[in-house]
Amino acid sequence: MLEIKNLKAQIEDKTILNGVNLKVNKGEVHAIMGPNGSGKSTLSSVIAGNEDYEVSSGSITYEGDDLLEMAPEERSHRGLFLSFQYPVEIPGLSVSNFIKTAINEKRKAFGQENINAKELLQLFKEKCELLNIDKEYLSRSLNEGFSGGEKKRNEIFQMAMMEPKLSILDETDSGLDIDALKIVANGVNSLKSSSNSIILITHYQRLLNYIVPDFVHILKDGKIVMSGDKSLAQKLEKEGYSFLN
Amino acid sequence: MKIEPKISEDILLDEVTSKEYEYGFTTNIESEKIEKGLNEDVIKFISKKKNEPDWMLDFRLEAFKVWKEMEEPDWANINYPKPDYQDIVYYCAPKQKKKLNSLDDLDPEMKRTFDRLGISIDEQKRLANVAVDIVMDSVSVATSFKEKLAELGIIFCPISEAIQKHPELVKKYIGTVIPVRDNFFSALNSAVFSDGSFCYIPKGTECPMELSTYFRINEAGTGQFERTLVIAEEGSYVSYLEGCTAPMRDENQLHAAVVELVALDSAEIKYSTVQNWYPGDKNGKGGVFNFVTKRGICHDNAKISWTQVETGSAVTWKYPSCVLKGKNSIGEFFSVAVTNNFQQADTGTKMIHLGENSKSTIIAKGICAGKSNGSYRGLVKIAKGAKNSRNFSQCDSLLMGDKCGSHTFPYIEVDNKSSQVEHEATTSKIGEDQIFYCNQRGIGTEEAVALIVNGYCKEVLNKLPMEFAVEAKKLLEISLEGSVG
Repeated sequence: MLEIKNLKAQIEDKTILNGVNLKVNKGEVHAIMGPNGSGKSTLSSVIAGNEDYEVSSGSITYEGDDLLEMAPEERSHRGLFLSFQYPVEIPGLSVSNFIKTAINEKRKAFGQENINAKELLQLFKEKCELLNIDKEYLSRSLNEGFSGGEKKRNEIFQMAMMEPKLSILDETDSGLDIDALKIVANGVNSLKSSSNSIILITHYQRLLNYIVPDFVHILKDGKIVMSGDKSLAQKLEKEGYSFLN
Repeated sequence: MKIEPKISEDILLDEVTSKEYEYGFTTNIESEKIEKGLNEDVIKFISKKKNEPDWMLDFRLEAFKVWKEMEEPDWANINYPKPDYQDIVYYCAPKQKKKLNSLDDLDPEMKRTFDRLGISIDEQKRLANVAVDIVMDSVSVATSFKEKLAELGIIFCPISEAIQKHPELVKKYIGTVIPVRDNFFSALNSAVFSDGSFCYIPKGTECPMELSTYFRINEAGTGQFERTLVIAEEGSYVSYLEGCTAPMRDENQLHAAVVELVALDSAEIKYSTVQNWYPGDKNGKGGVFNFVTKRGICHDNAKISWTQVETGSAVTWKYPSCVLKGKNSIGEFFSVAVTNNFQQADTGTKMIHLGENSKSTIIAKGICAGKSNGSYRGLVKIAKGAKNSRNFSQCDSLLMGDKCGSHTFPYIEVDNKSSQVEHEATTSKIGEDQIFYCNQRGIGTEEAVALIVNGYCKEVLNKLPMEFAVEAKKLLEISLEGSVG
């Protein structure tokens, strides 16, 4: 589904990713861990197409196509979803209107009609229940005045609504209390299938107790320095990143 | 001596005008107009043409006398070449074979014009609830729903007709809210006003439909001087809509309208405007000069609400205001003002509190893009006798790019101790992070800007009647196309 080869990226003149290699197949869950400043968020930004970062070399292939050639919205239409570490606020734009627009833009890209109101309402209802969200929240302004936890839950709600093929969850666990974490993890697990994939970016092993990864990678100084199964995360939790040295 | 051949600039201009402005075209209707320039004879001609009574002519002549002594104001934060007032045609009427009774009898050419503008009259009629009094250039062409309204005693007609048929009402109220000598442009308008709308709602009557007028400037180099008078008798209610588009012109067109609203005891007037006159091209050439005086007076327990979405005009000078004369009266001003390219707008409101317990709310949203300049100018004045009055003002600006300017000029004068005035102001920019967030969800940049802008303006757009809100949203999108990314 996704193959990253020797990816190097920089912001302004600072190199942040220094030769990342990663292969994600259909149905797999990968966790990327690493100390602060190791390049985790840069990696997710580059995959999503944030133009603040410049790719200096390497390639990313998505479903056999060159991902780096696609505009951010095209990547989204093709089923790529990023749950932002810091979701932005858009005052006056309701959550429901935002999601409806996103869904319809995707449909438009594939020459489909807009989603009909009944179908949309049914979907809203279903996904609200899944993530234990009060329907009233749909009419609130996007992320405006949301608590940290609410913002993260809103990201996963959007993920549920958009039904992506590849989801990148960038520190979705930070800012969540244990109850919210369980709800979010539960939601993510129920969206998991043999045809979609997830990349979890996290500092802590805690999330991985709830969303169990098939692979764990450790990113350090812009490179994946170690890969393993979930036991690697446990080792990291016990010993800290110092064992890498 | 060498004599230069005189080339008609109009013909040249017609040739070079492009199709960039969606509504930039002129209809081929033969016009009847007089020579350029302004003097007493021209005023007498206008008055005679309209078969006006002597008192109306006297009103005009007096206004002309006053105007001649006044100077064009220059305190606003706008720069424009001052129009040559002797180079303007002050009367122009579409020629018509007969007076129309219904819109169906409309000149097919004119009908096509409206269709191109997207104003489907048939559609509007079918959708009902909107009575349309169309003003094309200076003379009202047709009036609809008049009979239905007449049953309730509501008068909704061209002001020229009201002068003939209801002189006592016009005479009683015209110039009472905006005196002739109020300002340079109101004096000019009072002298030469061409036509406009008149609306009268009898005591205790709730007008069952939104009253609507579309204005257009259609004749090259023709000044447009609309005059509107709305009178809401005790305990009545009316919602009035006004929307404008103008054809493309490469020379500046002057518009100096006067709108007077009278809300008698416990009456309510809602006045909504969507303005989309030709703003000039991308290099700042051409466009409409819009110098409008709008003011309403509220008697005891009355309420006047101004809502405006301003996207057009090269230069805008406009301050819809409320004189809160009566006790417990309420004034509201909700505004979205968009400037792009080289547009300039100095707009805002005045809330004059005279009555006890009077309240006013001001929500002004400015959006500046390109190299444009937008200013909010607002006066909140609370007189000594206006005890326990309250005002809340919120002025927000949204900037797009780094070449535009946004300014706020609040004036607050409070002459008693029991009143309360609040003023909030914010300035923000559309963030790249906001746009990227939308992009990531599959929403392209243009669409993202529209979502962000519409969200920003929501409080104001929500005040518009439904069908107008939809139109206004579209207008915002069109006005800001290409301003980001």
